[in-house]
Amino acid sequence: MKELRLMKGNEAVAEAAIRFGVDGYFGYPITPQSEILEHLMAENPYPKTGMVVLQAESEVASINMVYGGAACGKRVMTTSSSPGISLMQEGLSYIAGAELPCLVVNVVRGGPGLGTIQPSQADYFQSTKGGGHGDYRLIVLAPSSVQEMYDFVGLGFDLAFKYRNPAMLLADGVIGQVMEKVEVDDYKPRWTDEYIKKSFPWATTGKNPNQPHVIVTSLELDSARQEQVNLRIQAKYRECEKNDVRFEMLHCDDAEYIFVAYGSSARICQKAIEMGREKGIKVGLLRPITLWPFPTQILRELSYKVKGMLAVEMSAGQMVEDVILATENRIKVEHFGRFGGIIPSPQEVVTALETKIIGGK
Amino acid sequence: MTEEIIIAGFGGQGVLSMGKILAYSGVMQNKEVSWMPSYGPEMRGGTSNVTVIISDTRISSPVLSSFDTAIILNQQSLDKFEKAVKPGGMLLYDPNGITHHPTRKDINIYQIAATDKAAEIGIAKLFNMIVLGGFLKYKPIVADEFIHKGLEKSLPARHHKLIPDNEKAIKIGMEIVKPYHVI
Repeated sequence: MKELRLMKGNEAVAEAAIRFGVDGYFGYPITPQSEILEHLMAENPYPKTGMVVLQAESEVASINMVYGGAACGKRVMTTSSSPGISLMQEGLSYIAGAELPCLVVNVVRGGPGLGTIQPSQADYFQSTKGGGHGDYRLIVLAPSSVQEMYDFVGLGFDLAFKYRNPAMLLADGVIGQVMEKVEVDDYKPRWTDEYIKKSFPWATTGKNPNQPHVIVTSLELDSARQEQVNLRIQAKYRECEKNDVRFEMLHCDDAEYIFVAYGSSARICQKAIEMGREKGIKVGLLRPITLWPFPTQILRELSYKVKGMLAVEMSAGQMVEDVILATENRIKVEHFGRFGGIIPSPQEVVTALETKIIGGK
Repeated sequence: MTEEIIIAGFGGQGVLSMGKILAYSGVMQNKEVSWMPSYGPEMRGGTSNVTVIISDTRISSPVLSSFDTAIILNQQSLDKFEKAVKPGGMLLYDPNGITHHPTRKDINIYQIAATDKAAEIGIAKLFNMIVLGGFLKYKPIVADEFIHKGLEKSLPARHHKLIPDNEKAIKIGMEIVKPYHVI
C-alpha cells in the first residue's frame, strides 16, 4: 500500500533510506542538506530496522566509515553538500579502487570554496569526471523532484551493487529544500548476514576455513596486476554505459530546439517550454537522469533532427561540454546558466534560447 | 487550475507554516503541490518567504518570478513582490506597519487587518490562519474539509486539540478581509 506524504527532498532521502533497508548512515551536518541527518535522528530507525545512524566527527570520517561498512557487504551511505563532498574525494577514490558499493548524496551549493548555501549545479565536473585521483567513475543520478529523491536512493544502491562501484545522487539546494507529494513504500527488511555471505563473496564476513582470505584494498604495488584491476574496472564501466543510461524526453517529437538540463534546471526548463511554446517556439527537453553514464547516444540522434541545443545549468558551463561531444559540432550548442546560488527564471531561459540559439549566428 | 502563490513576511509570523498547511490541504484534495522556502541568510533573522504552487497538473518549476497571488505581511516584502504579481492577479496584505501602500491598478488588492484582530481577541499565534482565511475567501482553491485534513497532517498530534481554534481563525479571516482596489 502506497502512502502519500508531503516532504522535503532531504527528508525523502532519509525516509527512503530507512524504508529501503539501508544498514548504516554516517554523516556530518551542512546546509542545505542538514534535514537528512535531522530526519534520521528524529525517526531513530535502529530499534525498528537495526539501521545505524551516526553523526561522524567530520566528512572525512563519514566516508571512511562508509568504506568500512561497504567492505562488509552492507548497504551504507553518507550525504553532504559541496565543500563536504570535496573532503570525501580521497575516500571515494579508495572505495572505487577497492570496487565497493555505496551511496553518496550531494545536495549542491554554490562554490568555489565555502561559497554560498544557495542552490547550484557547479559540482558536475567533480561528480562525473572523477573528483578524486585515478581512473574511476561514479554512477551519478540527478533527481529533479522530491519523488525522485526518494526513488533514487533504492535505485542508487541497486546500481552500486550491480557494478560494485559508488553511486551518487547529485541534487541541489532547490530539490533538497522543496516540499512535494511523495509516495512512500512499505518498510523492506535489511539484508541478513546469511544473505550477504551467500551473495557477495567479495565481502569481509568472517573467515571461512574452506575459502581463501577476502582482502579489501585499493593498493596493488605490482603494476601488471594493477593494470588488470584497471582493465576490469573499465570493462565494468563499458557495461554500465551500455545498460544503464537513463533520461527523460519532453516535447521532443516536433521540437526544433532542445533544452538539455538536469535536476532543478530541468524543472525551470519545463516552465520555459510552456512559455516558449506559447510564443510559437517548438522547443523540447532532454533531461539526463544519469549524468554518468551520460545519454550521449540519444543526444547524437537528436542532433540530426533539431536546429540547436541550449544546455541550462546553474554553473558556468560544465555539462555543456558533454553535449558538444555528443552532438559532434553538427548543430549550434550553447550554455546558459546563473551561478553563486542564483536560480535562473524561466523567462531568462526563454530569452537565452532566443538570443543564443535561434537568433545567434 | 494552477495557482502560483508567494507568501512573504518576517521570520516568526508563520509564513512557512501557513504555506505548509495550504500545500498539505492540496495534497489531501489530490492536487499536485510544491512548497519552496527561502532558506538563505534571510531566514536567519529578517524576511522569510515561501512559494506555494497548487495545480491539477504536473508542476514544472518550483521557483517562480511571477505569481497569481502575493500574500504580503511586511513592507520589505510588499516593495519586493508587488511588481511580481501577474496582471489580473491578487495581492493580499496586512496594513499593519505599512507606510507605502500598493499602487498597482491592474491587480485585485485586498487588505486584512490580521495583526490587529489577532491581538484584539488574544490569538496572536493564530495570526497566520486569519491571513489564510482572507486568501481562501477570494481564492477557494481547496475545500474546507481538506483544510481540516491539511491541519491534521501538518500539525503534530499533540497540537491536534488546537485544530478547532485554527479553523475559527480562518473563519474570522474570511469575515474581516476587505477589498482595497478591485479591477
